[in-house]
Amino acid sequence: MTAVRVALRSSTLLRSLLIVVVAGLVLLLGSDQLSSYRDLQLATGAYYFCVLAGLTVLAGSSGQISLGHGALMAVGAYTVGKLGNAGWALVPELAAAAVVTLIIGIPVGAAASRLRGPYLAGATLAFAVGLPALADRFPTAFGGENGLTLNPPTPPASLGVNFPLERWQAWIACAGALVVVFVFYNLTRSGVGRALRAVRDDEIAASLAGLRIGRWHTLAFTLSAAAAGLGGGLLAVVTGTVAPGAFPLQLSLMLLAGVVIGGLGSLVGAVWGAALLVFLPNWTNDLASSFSLSANVAHNLPLAVYGVVLIGAMLVWPSGIQGALRAVGRAARPALGGGIGTGAQASAAPETPPPDDARATAPPEASAKTRSES
Amino acid sequence: MTKFIDLTLSGISIGAIYAAVALALVLIWRSTRIVNFAQGAMLMFTTFIASAVINGGGSYALGLVVALASGFVLGAVVERVVVRPVENAPPLNAVILTLGLYTLIVAVAGMIWGNTPRSFPAAFSLRGYRVGGTNLLFTPNDTFIVLVVIGVAALLALLFRRTTLGLRMRAAAFAPEVARLLGVRVGRMLTLGWALAAATGALAGVLVAPSVFLGPNNFDPILISGFVAAVLGGLDSPPGAVVGGLILGLALSYVSGYEGSSLVPLAALVILMIVLMIRPTGLFAATRERRV
Repeated sequence: MTAVRVALRSSTLLRSLLIVVVAGLVLLLGSDQLSSYRDLQLATGAYYFCVLAGLTVLAGSSGQISLGHGALMAVGAYTVGKLGNAGWALVPELAAAAVVTLIIGIPVGAAASRLRGPYLAGATLAFAVGLPALADRFPTAFGGENGLTLNPPTPPASLGVNFPLERWQAWIACAGALVVVFVFYNLTRSGVGRALRAVRDDEIAASLAGLRIGRWHTLAFTLSAAAAGLGGGLLAVVTGTVAPGAFPLQLSLMLLAGVVIGGLGSLVGAVWGAALLVFLPNWTNDLASSFSLSANVAHNLPLAVYGVVLIGAMLVWPSGIQGALRAVGRAARPALGGGIGTGAQASAAPETPPPDDARATAPPEASAKTRSES
Repeated sequence: MTKFIDLTLSGISIGAIYAAVALALVLIWRSTRIVNFAQGAMLMFTTFIASAVINGGGSYALGLVVALASGFVLGAVVERVVVRPVENAPPLNAVILTLGLYTLIVAVAGMIWGNTPRSFPAAFSLRGYRVGGTNLLFTPNDTFIVLVVIGVAALLALLFRRTTLGLRMRAAAFAPEVARLLGVRVGRMLTLGWALAAATGALAGVLVAPSVFLGPNNFDPILISGFVAAVLGGLDSPPGAVVGGLILGLALSYVSGYEGSSLVPLAALVILMIVLMIRPTGLFAATRERRV
């Protein structure tokens, strides 16, 4: 038994495999107990998780935030839409969604790596508003406003004739989410993760240590984009349609609220965020109907909650739910550390204090925006 | 050729609006080092208020004044209540906070007025001038837009350069500690800066509403363009914001006229990226070495 514990403690790969296998079994057995509707919610949560995991790794390990991930989801979703209609099988088309988005993410990430704070947010904001318009511009390729329609995936015959489609979609989406967990769990604990955190915490020290700042930022953005693309591809598989209306600016803001409430930088936090994104519309609908609110109010209530979450988190608790839980956990058992479930160690970007000199000299940010590697 | 002239003139008109939004962003950036991503939502909200006044029987002028006044109040309240606590926090917090504000204001506007865009009256005729037998696209209302924005920019320049209040505001923005020692109420000056900026944004909202219609999300491209214009001008310089707005207005007008309006946000993004890659301090900011 002790040998197993030692092996688990020393090998990140073994630990991540254990987490994936256990989580996979729980999801597999759990989804059997769920109704079709709950299975669909599980599938939705799983694809949101993929995107949030990408965003949170980006924010936690490189200190960047992106408002463009809604648009990157659209890239993945349209990839699956086009390839699915061309007769590709499920796994290759999802892999292609991740790869195509990764490729799109390289130039975006390279551009983003030279930007900081508000500049990066503004540029990715423009990306989020601009990209879905391409579907209108090229209606023959992307189906215009109506988008593309996909055939739903068929469950394999070996599962039985009455196997519900929603459960099969939930399995697909959860499998994708577990792949994301596996990759990011190992990545954040490897040399790559350490390099990214070094770059985030002190760019000058990191570049003195030989790290190429721009490349690491680009890498972080690119990986995060691939996760968003996979999430978008899963969205296409689960919803069966891809249309520009599914990727408005609000989607990107919603995703941002999801990572912020979960806690920037924490993979476990991404689970909380995904749960929020899935359940909030239901809660607000229930609330609206029990208080008989008008349709306008009911329709906009989730958005209002996301806004309040973003504002409230920044004013009250910048480290999010997972940060709060971690603080409670640390208080409860001060002696234990480095166990399995500590989540990503990367502290949230908002937690890191600003460099002292950056505030002492009044207007540094204007000139500090081009931290080029030279 | 007529098309080119038409696009140039309408580019100047829309550029004036971008300039006003860019001015709103620059004023806030100068005083608090925050890019106010909520600006697009704030000017949308004040335009809805103006629309309510006009639909309730008020004149256009009354609607405009109410929009400006509510923008002023909204800016002051936002700075004092939610932005003040993050002013000395890491920049990312302020970015997330203003995005949260954007989301909240859009949602509240949708709750009150619904998500279906509605029309908004223009100050003057929307029928183009007749020159030598052909109708230009440029209208009396466009003349009004350009003149009003020039007037506001001039007033702001006067305020900052020629009055004691403007001097205090500049001092509070650039050397808060020293200004405080000399008796300037720094916090109050920052609040005033946000209020003035939001009022300028409110003006842009009322001016642009007849052409983009009034809805919770209809002003998103305007915010993006305003941001790009501000970055073009260096984000730090009010004259740069005005020139940046005009340049961007012309560029996007040509893109829209020759390539289709759906490409406008992407074109704005491309221009933004080019500027940030080649000359990140903007076209007009005084070049300054980055302090380490």
